[in-house]
Amino acid sequence: MILHPTVIANLLAAYISSFMVLYALFYGVQILKYWDIENGHELQLVLERKTYLISTLLGYVFGLQLLSLFLYIFTADSLTPLFVGSMCAAGTLNVDAFGYPTLVLKIVNFIVAGLWLVLNYADNQGYDYPLIKKKYLLLAIIAPFIVLETILESAYFLSMKADVITSCCGSLFSSERTTGLGSEMAALPALTMQRIFYGVMFCTLASGIFFYIKGLGGYFYAASSLLMFLVSLVSIVSFISLYIYELPTHHCPFCIIMEEYHYLGYLLYSLLFGAVVSGIGIAALSPFRQVESLKHMLNGFIRKLALASLILYAAFTALVTYEIVTSSLVIAYEVVY
Amino acid sequence: MIELVNVKKVFNAGNPSEFSALNSVNLLIEENQVTVLKGPSGSGKTTLLSIVGCMSRPSAGRVKLQGREITSLPERFLTDIRRKTFGFIFQQPNLIKGISVLDNVMLPAYPLGEKRVHLKNKAMKGLAALNIANKAASKVEWLSGGEAQRASIVRALINDPYIIIADEPTAHLDTKLSYRFMEIIETFKAEGKTVIITSHDPLVYDSSMVDRVVNLRDGQIEV
Amino acid sequence: MRHWIEKQRYIIDFTLSSLLRRKVKNVGLLALYTLIVFILASTMFFTYSIKKEASLILKDSPEIVVQKIVAGRHDLFPVSYIDTIKKIRGVASVESRLWGYYYDSLVGANYTLLTPPRNGSFTDTGKSTAKTTVIDNESTDSSKPLFELNGAVLEPGTLIIGNGIARLRAIGTGDYMPFLAFDGNVLNFKITGVLSSQSELVSSDLMLITGEDFRKLFGIDNSYVTDVTVIVNNPEEIAMVASKIKKRLPQARPIIRDEILRTYDSVFNWRGGMMIVIFSAAVLAFVIFAWDKASGLSAGERREIGILKAVGWETSDVIQMKFWEGAIISLTAFFTGVILAYIHVFFTGSIVFEPALKGWSNLYPNFKLTPFINLEQLTTLFFLTVVPYTVATIVPIWRAATIDPDSAMRFTGE
Repeated sequence: MILHPTVIANLLAAYISSFMVLYALFYGVQILKYWDIENGHELQLVLERKTYLISTLLGYVFGLQLLSLFLYIFTADSLTPLFVGSMCAAGTLNVDAFGYPTLVLKIVNFIVAGLWLVLNYADNQGYDYPLIKKKYLLLAIIAPFIVLETILESAYFLSMKADVITSCCGSLFSSERTTGLGSEMAALPALTMQRIFYGVMFCTLASGIFFYIKGLGGYFYAASSLLMFLVSLVSIVSFISLYIYELPTHHCPFCIIMEEYHYLGYLLYSLLFGAVVSGIGIAALSPFRQVESLKHMLNGFIRKLALASLILYAAFTALVTYEIVTSSLVIAYEVVY
Repeated sequence: MIELVNVKKVFNAGNPSEFSALNSVNLLIEENQVTVLKGPSGSGKTTLLSIVGCMSRPSAGRVKLQGREITSLPERFLTDIRRKTFGFIFQQPNLIKGISVLDNVMLPAYPLGEKRVHLKNKAMKGLAALNIANKAASKVEWLSGGEAQRASIVRALINDPYIIIADEPTAHLDTKLSYRFMEIIETFKAEGKTVIITSHDPLVYDSSMVDRVVNLRDGQIEV
Repeated sequence: MRHWIEKQRYIIDFTLSSLLRRKVKNVGLLALYTLIVFILASTMFFTYSIKKEASLILKDSPEIVVQKIVAGRHDLFPVSYIDTIKKIRGVASVESRLWGYYYDSLVGANYTLLTPPRNGSFTDTGKSTAKTTVIDNESTDSSKPLFELNGAVLEPGTLIIGNGIARLRAIGTGDYMPFLAFDGNVLNFKITGVLSSQSELVSSDLMLITGEDFRKLFGIDNSYVTDVTVIVNNPEEIAMVASKIKKRLPQARPIIRDEILRTYDSVFNWRGGMMIVIFSAAVLAFVIFAWDKASGLSAGERREIGILKAVGWETSDVIQMKFWEGAIISLTAFFTGVILAYIHVFFTGSIVFEPALKGWSNLYPNFKLTPFINLEQLTTLFFLTVVPYTVATIVPIWRAATIDPDSAMRFTGE
C-alpha cells in the first residue's frame, strides 16, 4: 500500500464518515421502532433529544463527504508520479478497478446526503415531525452505500502498487506498459455536445421558471435538473474542458480543480452540485405538500429550492459561456482524434 | 388562558426509583390575574410551574395555551412559544457571571436575531424602568442582592412576554425588598399581564393583589 | 437570512466571552492542539519540500544510466561497451563517468569522489568542456545546480571539495589533503576551491578530482569507467533504448531516470506516511483528551447552559454555540501550528527534528529548504487534526446541549 499522508487522510475521513453514519443509524432504528409524538413518557423525550444528535451527525457527514470528494481527486492527482503513463488524476483512478466506482459512489452519496438534509429541514418545520419515519428510512438506505463507498475506497488505495524499482536488476516493465493509464477519456464530439448542453439547459431553465411562477411541473423540473446534471458532467469532459485548457485533446475533468487553472473546477462543480441537490429536493418534498403541519411553509420552501436551483444552473451556464468566449481555442469544425 | 387537564408527571418510569411528582392535576389559570401556587416542599410546585411555563412536557394529560394544544409539541416549537409568551423569574437571579448586566439582559433575545441597536435600546429602557440603568456595564458580581433580582426581572421582560412566572421570588430577599418586588408585580398586573407565583412566604400569598391561591399537596391540588 | 446572520454574530460574541471566561481549561487544550498540528505540519512540510528538492535535482539527471552487474553487484564498466551502445538507433550520445567513495578514517566519513563530465574521460561529442553547472532554462522553479565551481579550476593534483568536508576537516582553499591510494602510496592533493553552500544538500560530501588522479588513486585501468550515461533523441524512445541495451549487453543494467524519480517519490511518501502513522498515536491521545474535556462539564458550565435553556435558547442554539467554540479553538490551533511549523522547518532548519534526521552522519549538510507548501498539504493536515477533534466532540456537545431547561429552576442555592 502507498503510505502517503494524503492517502491516510482520505481513508481516515472515509472511516469517520462510515462510523458516524452507522452510529446515527443505530439511534435512527430506535426512533423508527419507538417513536410516538403523542406520548409524553420519558422514552419519547429521550428519542426527541436523540434526533438532534442524528441531525448534527449527518450535517457533519454531509460536509465531510463534500470535502473528501475533492480530497479524493487531489490525492489521485498527487499520486500520478508513481504510475507509468499516468498524467493526472484521470490516469491514477484507472490504476485498479476500484478508482472510478469509488468516485461515482462518492458523488451519489453526496447528493443523497444533501437530499436527506433538505428533508430534515422540512421535517423540523412541522410541529409534529411529520416526515420522521420516512427520514430515517432514507437514512437506513443511505448507510450501506456510505459503508460500501468506504470499502471500495479502501480497496482502491490498498491494492495500488507503485511502479518502482523493486530489485537490484532494475525494472523495464515501463516498456511493457504503454497504454491503459493515459488521460485520454472517452469523449463525445465537442460541437454536437455543445448544442445538446445549451439545448437541455434552456429547457431546464424554462421549466424551472414556469414552475416557480405557476407552481406546476415540479416533478418535471426535478427530473430535468437531474438530466441536466448528467449532461453537464458529460459536457465538461466533452467540450468545456477543452476551452478551459485551450487544448483540443485534453478532456480530463479533474485537472480544472488544480492550481494551474485557478481552481476553477471548485466553482464549477460546487454550482453544479448545489443545483442538482436543490432541484431533486423539489421532487423529494413535493409529495408532502398536503401534510397538515407543513402546509404553511412547504410550498414556500419548495419555491425557494427551485429558485436556488435555477440561479445555480444559470450561474453555471454563465461561467461556462464566459470560459468558451474568452478562450483562445476555437472549435470551428470537428476533428476526430 | 392556561388549561391543564388530568396532567401527570412521572420521573424515572419503570425503575425502582419511580416517582410521581404530579397526579391528575386539573387547573385553569385566568388571564390578567395574579395566581399563587402554595404548598410544602416536595408537593410538586416546581414541576407544575415548569409544565405551565412550557419548560417541560407532562407524562400524561393535556396542556392548552390560549386554546391551542401544546402537550406534544416538540421542543423546538415549545421553546419558540415560551420565548414569546413567558418571562421567568427564578429563586436565584441566575445571571451569568463574567459578562455585563446588559449582556445578561439581552441574552434571551439572541436566538431571535434582532438587530443589535434595537435590542440594546429595549434593554436600556428596561433597566431604566427598574432604576438600575447605571449598572448596565458592570459585571454581575458587583450587584447587590436586590439589584441582581431586578436585573433578572428585566431579563425576563426583554421579549415582551404577557405571562410572568416567578418561582419563590422572595426566598432570598429581606422584607423591604420583598415589598418592592410585590410593587413590581402590581405594575405587571396593571399592564394587563398574567402573573403566576409559587411561594410559601405569607408576605406574598396574603398580599391584597393576589387574586387566587392554589394549594398543592403531594402532587395534587387541594380543594 | 439577516436574522440568521445576526443570530450567528450574537452567538459568536457569547462564545468568545465564554472561552475567555474559562482561560485555564481552554489554554491547556489550545496548547496541546497547537502542538499536535505543529508536529504533523513540520513532518509534512519537511517531507514534501525534500521530495520537491530531490525531484528538481533529479530532473536534470541523465535519462539513462547504464551500469555493469556481476553476480548482483555493481562492477566496473568496460569502455568497449560504449561503442555497442552508441550503435543503437536513437542514442544521441554516451558519456562515461568516473566516481566512487573514499573512506577517511581520520574523521570517520565517506567522501564521494567525482570526475566532472568531460574532464579526462572518453567522449567524442565535442561539446564545450567549460560548463559544469546544470541549469534547466525552462523551469520556473529555481535551478538546482549539482555543483557550482565558483570559478575554481580543476587541474591535476588538485581537488575541489564540498562544504561539509571543509567544515569537518577544517580545511579550505590552499590547504593540502593526503589520501591513501590503492597501492599503499600517499597522494597529496591541494584544495583549489570549495563548492557553494547553495548546493549543499547534494554536494556536501562531494569532491571533484581529475580523471587521471582518480585512476591513480583507485588503481582503475584506462579501459574501465564506473558507469555511463546515455542521452536519447526522442524521450518516447527511452524505454525502447533501455531494453535494447539490456538485450545487447546482458551484464548491463540500464536505469531510467523516471524510474528513479518514481522510486524516490515512493520512498519519501512512505517515510512521510510512516511518520504520520507513528504520530497517529499522539493524535489519538489528543482526541481522547479533547473528548474528555468536552464531556467533563463543570457544575458552573452546566448551570450556565441550564440558564441559557431556561431563558429561551433551544437545543440547536446551544449546539451552534458549542460548534463555534470548537471552530474558534480549531482554527486558532491550526493556523498557529502551521505558522510555527513553517518557521520551524524553513527558517530554523527543523531544529527539533535534527537529531533524528542526522543519525550517524558526520557530514550532515547545513541546508535551507525552499519553502514549498500547497493546498494539498494543508487539506491533509486539516483532515488529520481538525476533523478527528470535531468528530470526537460531537457527542459531548450534544449531551451538553440537551440539559433540561428546568434544571435552572431547580437550582436553589449557591
